[in-house]
Parts: sequence; structure tokens; C-alpha cells
Amino acid sequence: MSAEIETSTTEPRRIEIQVRGLEVGFGDKLVMRGLDLDIRRGEVLGFVGASGAGKSVLTRTILGLLPKRAGTIEVKGRNLDLLPPRERAEVERRWGVLFQQGALFSSLTVKENIEAPMREHLNISAKLRGELAMLKLSLVGLPADAAIKYPSQLSGGMIKRAALARALALDPDLLFLDEPTSGLDPIGAGDFDELIATLQKTLGLTVFMVTHDLDSLYAICDRVAVLGEGKVIAIGGIEDLLRSQDPWIREYFRGKRGSGREAAYRSRLGVDEPPNHL
Amino acid sequence: MAAPALRLVFAALMRSPPSIVAQATAEGLSVALSGEWTIDAGAALERQAAALQAAATDTRKTAIDLSAVDSLDTAGAWVIDRARQALQASGVPAELTGVSETHATLLREAAYRPDETPTEPRRLLMVSLIGEVGASVADIAADVFSGLSFLGQVVACGFRGLFRPSHWRLTPLVFHFENYAFRSVPLIVTINIFVGAIIAQQGIFQLEKLGASAFSTELVAILSLRELGVLLASIMVAGRTGSAITAEIGAMKMREETDALRVMALDPIEVLVLPRLTALVIALPILTFLGDLGALFGGMCVAWAHGDVTPYSYLGLLQHPWTLERFEVGMIKAPFMALVIGVIAAAEGFAVAGSAESLGNRVTASVVKSIFMVIVLDGLFASFFVAVNF
Repeated sequence: MSAEIETSTTEPRRIEIQVRGLEVGFGDKLVMRGLDLDIRRGEVLGFVGASGAGKSVLTRTILGLLPKRAGTIEVKGRNLDLLPPRERAEVERRWGVLFQQGALFSSLTVKENIEAPMREHLNISAKLRGELAMLKLSLVGLPADAAIKYPSQLSGGMIKRAALARALALDPDLLFLDEPTSGLDPIGAGDFDELIATLQKTLGLTVFMVTHDLDSLYAICDRVAVLGEGKVIAIGGIEDLLRSQDPWIREYFRGKRGSGREAAYRSRLGVDEPPNHL
Repeated sequence: MAAPALRLVFAALMRSPPSIVAQATAEGLSVALSGEWTIDAGAALERQAAALQAAATDTRKTAIDLSAVDSLDTAGAWVIDRARQALQASGVPAELTGVSETHATLLREAAYRPDETPTEPRRLLMVSLIGEVGASVADIAADVFSGLSFLGQVVACGFRGLFRPSHWRLTPLVFHFENYAFRSVPLIVTINIFVGAIIAQQGIFQLEKLGASAFSTELVAILSLRELGVLLASIMVAGRTGSAITAEIGAMKMREETDALRVMALDPIEVLVLPRLTALVIALPILTFLGDLGALFGGMCVAWAHGDVTPYSYLGLLQHPWTLERFEVGMIKAPFMALVIGVIAAAEGFAVAGSAESLGNRVTASVVKSIFMVIVLDGLFASFFVAVNF
């Protein structure tokens, strides 16, 4: 199967998640108005949008935590609405989710948190389970003595890492990250970006990342999708978005905080052509 | 539409469990691995890795061939590398061959390393048992001490606020009063009606044997007005309101809201505890009074039905100077009960630590401790009233 994924570049890559005509609303307010989105296998897709534009709503709808009014969501070509519960559970097992606040179970230690999904879904010995939990812990760069700590004893950065380790517990294909670097200091955020990039390459993950962190977008995203007015208003590589004429996108990437990043990005790429419309 | 579906079915059929084939060669042993070495294989993964290890012990040299492995994840890489390292350790040189580039990355990142989970030093059962008994006793002492110190803080804060009417928080007071008193009325009155009815019924039937069933009205009046009315109201309030106070303050503590108050130069005790406590101290006597009425009403109904006492003569029997005295004894206890419940509930709320489990423990402790203290306090009052001949 792996040979099929990396075939010719002319053929579109396999789609991991396909969202078509999605409508989600609360009361008489429609948040998603016929949204279409493709997440390609093996890519890191960044997802941006104004606060309150519904980024979290989209993530939660794809994950099945919010009901939708119309539209289809297909994961690996399987329509989630039509799947019997067993198969749906199988699909859900193949994705890992990092919630914004970590959502670690506060009454379990870090190691027990990582073991929790394995304990529920896998028929493996307690010894192997413990070893794999410790492996995941070291993959996300946490020291071994964090294993017996409770979430309330961890710092913000450690909580994010521990939650990422739990998201990776079942070796998922697909990783959802909700603002993974929010609340981290710039060094910690940079490290976390690097960690996600390394894991993505090592484990061959598909990553869907809701973020506001321009550094993350420049550093690790293959494509970036922009949400506005309940639809994806632009999607593409960061170069494409930098050329966009949409006022919100221009402000986002070229505003006070964005332009410095762009200069750094260009100098790193060795492209020093000045942007034509500034 | 059909093509991807077919492909999926095909993939499902093609999914093959991890397996090994061992073959003796000139240098030693060659083990060919095939199938899907992923965590989905579950126990099969461990069995095959153990089989690999068993087949290769006592050979001169082992080559583990991964070229036919369909897919590999961290769990698969881990068990393969664990087997390889175990063989190395037992003196069999083992090496991996036919490793693709992606598998090599996985095998490097998920290389086996011994479990380093820090463990707590184990202690003798007897020692830890005695230790825990000691710790519980020390906890009780610390609880009493911290409870008293919290009461002191509340009283000090109350006195400070007493002379500054601008600090009286009337809106929250009314809000909490509605919650604690008004919304508890149906519950407390109903159970008191039942309890009054039960006492009257048992009084009539048990005292009949002594020919004294006429005193069953007295029985209802003494028990309900003096003891049960206030006790039932206090216990219900401890369960219903005390737990709510602990949960509210505890959740605020968990989300640093109490810290936010403190850095705004506001005293959380003044803002959160005093209005609740005041509302409770006003509410409980009222609830007790309504509960007493309910109990007398329940007793009246049963006396009428079973004891042939008409409501008119029942009310006449209650017209006794002692009845008022008993009512006063019950009522005077109510504010003290409220104070105990409120202080325990608030102190437990402030003791909540970071986890959901801790919140649950504290709410439970709040209810258990306040009911316990309500009954102890009732006992103290009983001896006090006997001592002063009231």
C-alpha cells in the first residue's frame, strides 16, 4: 500500500479526510456554510481563521463531537455517517487528538493516561503496555520521572507533551492538534513544532493543526487553509497565501506580526525578491 | 465510488498477521518476518516476537530479515528490537537485514530501552498499615485545627464587614438565599410530613399496649419540635447545599478564580463565603420552622385517621406551654447548625487541589463531615439543655 501513496506527482495524492458541503449551526446561527476541505495523506495542514470563525467547531465536527446539519465527512473514503458503530470505532482508533488544554485525565498519572487507550483497545500484556507508554513518553521528549506525576503537577509545556504522547498511544495515522503551541514560550513552541515535524516524518502521520502561531505555519505546514464566513476561503502552500489579495489573509500574514516572519522565511529559502504589492 | 470500496475490502482481506519463518543457514539462523507488525495485531505481536527470540537462542548468529514486512509501527519496531537486544544480551549476535528507509527511522526512534518508570520504594505491609493509621489520626487533628482557624478567619472577616455597610453583598445574599431556602422548601416539608406521620403512627400503635396512645401527640411534638425538625433540615441542607458550596468554591479554586479575587485585593472569604454563610444562617431556621409545621401536620393526619383525634382537638392538645419551649429549643439550634455546615463546606471547597478526583473527595468529605458535626452538635446541645434544666 505504501508504494501507492508516493506514486506519480501528477495524480492527486490520496485523500485522508474529505469534507463536502458541511453545515453546522447553533440555534439560528450558521457557523459552517457548505464547507469543503480535503486533508491529503501524509501532509501537515495548518488551519487558520479569525477567533470565533469556527476552527474548533470544524475540528469537533470532524471528530464527531458536534452534530452537523448537512454535508458528508469521509475518512479514507468511508462516509462516517454510514458506518456501523464497530467500524466507526475502528476509524476513531486511527486518529489521535491533542486538545487545547491537554484534556489529560486528572486522576491518572501521566503513564496511566498514555496507557488508558491501550488498555481499552488492545489485547497486549501489561509489561509491553508499560514499555510502549514509556517509549511514547521519550518520543515526545519527557523525562522518565514525569511518568508517575499527575497532570496537576506538570507545567503547561509538559502537559502538551504528555497529551501528545497520549494522542500517539495507539500509533494513529492522523493527528488533530488544537492550538498545540498556545500558552508555550517561544523556545518551547519552537521545540514543539520541531517535535511534531520529527514525529510526522518518523511515523508517517497526517497532521491537521489548528493554530494561530505564524511560526508554526512557516516552520512545519505543507499547506495552510484559511477559514472565513463558514467556508475555506483559501488553501495552498504558504507562498500561495502570501500572494493572496484577500484583505483578511493579507492582514494576517503581512500585518505587523506577520511581515517579520515572511522576511525570515524568504531569507531562509534564499529568495530575496521583494513582494510585488508592498 | 465502487473502486475505493473494492480497494478497501481488498485491503481488509490482505491484512495479514505478523509471522516469522526461521531457516538454518551456513552462518547460523535466518528469520524472515512478514505481515503487519503493528499494534493492531495485539497479543500476536508479542507471541511472534517471543517465538523469534525462542527460535534464535542457542544459534551462533541470527539475521532478522525485515524485507517482507508489510507495515511497521512503533510497537512493532519496539518488540522486534527488544527481541534482538535480548538475543544480543544472551550472547547471540543478531542483526537486522532488509530494512527499508522508513523502517530504519522507526527502528531508530523506537529502539528498545529498559523500562525506567521510577518506582516507589516498597514498605512492609505492617509498617505502612500503622503509618496510615497514624497519618489518619494526624489528619483528623489537622482538620480540627484548620477548621477552627477557618472559622476564626470567617468571624474576623464578618466583624470587619459588619461596620462597613458598603461591603454588604446583598444581591448574592438574596440569590443564595433563594437557592438554599426557597428551593429546599418542598423537599424538607415533604420529608417532615412523612416523618411526623410515621412517629404518630408508631406512637399510636406502640403506646396502645400501655393504654397511653393519647400521648402520641405529645410524642410528635417533643420529637419533631425539639430534635427531628432541626436535624432533618440540617442533614438535608448539608447534603443539598453544603455539597453545592464545596463544589462551587472548589471549581473556582481549580480554575484560579479565587486567586484572581485575591490579586484584585478582594478577600475570597468576604466575597464567596460570607454571603453564602449568611444566607445559610437565615435559611436554616426558616426551613426548620416549615419542617416543624410539616411534621405536626403529618402527625395530625395520622392521629385523625388512626387515633380518632380530630384536627380541632389535636390543635387543642398542642396548646401547651411546653410546646413553645420545645419549639424554641429546636429553633435555637438551627443557626449554629447552619454555621457548622457552611464553615465546613467552604473550608473543604478551599482545600480542593488540581484534579477532578480531589474535587469529588472534598465534596464527599464536606457532606460527611457536616452531617457528622451536626449530630455531634445536637448531642452537645442536648446535654447543655439538660444541665440548664430547660
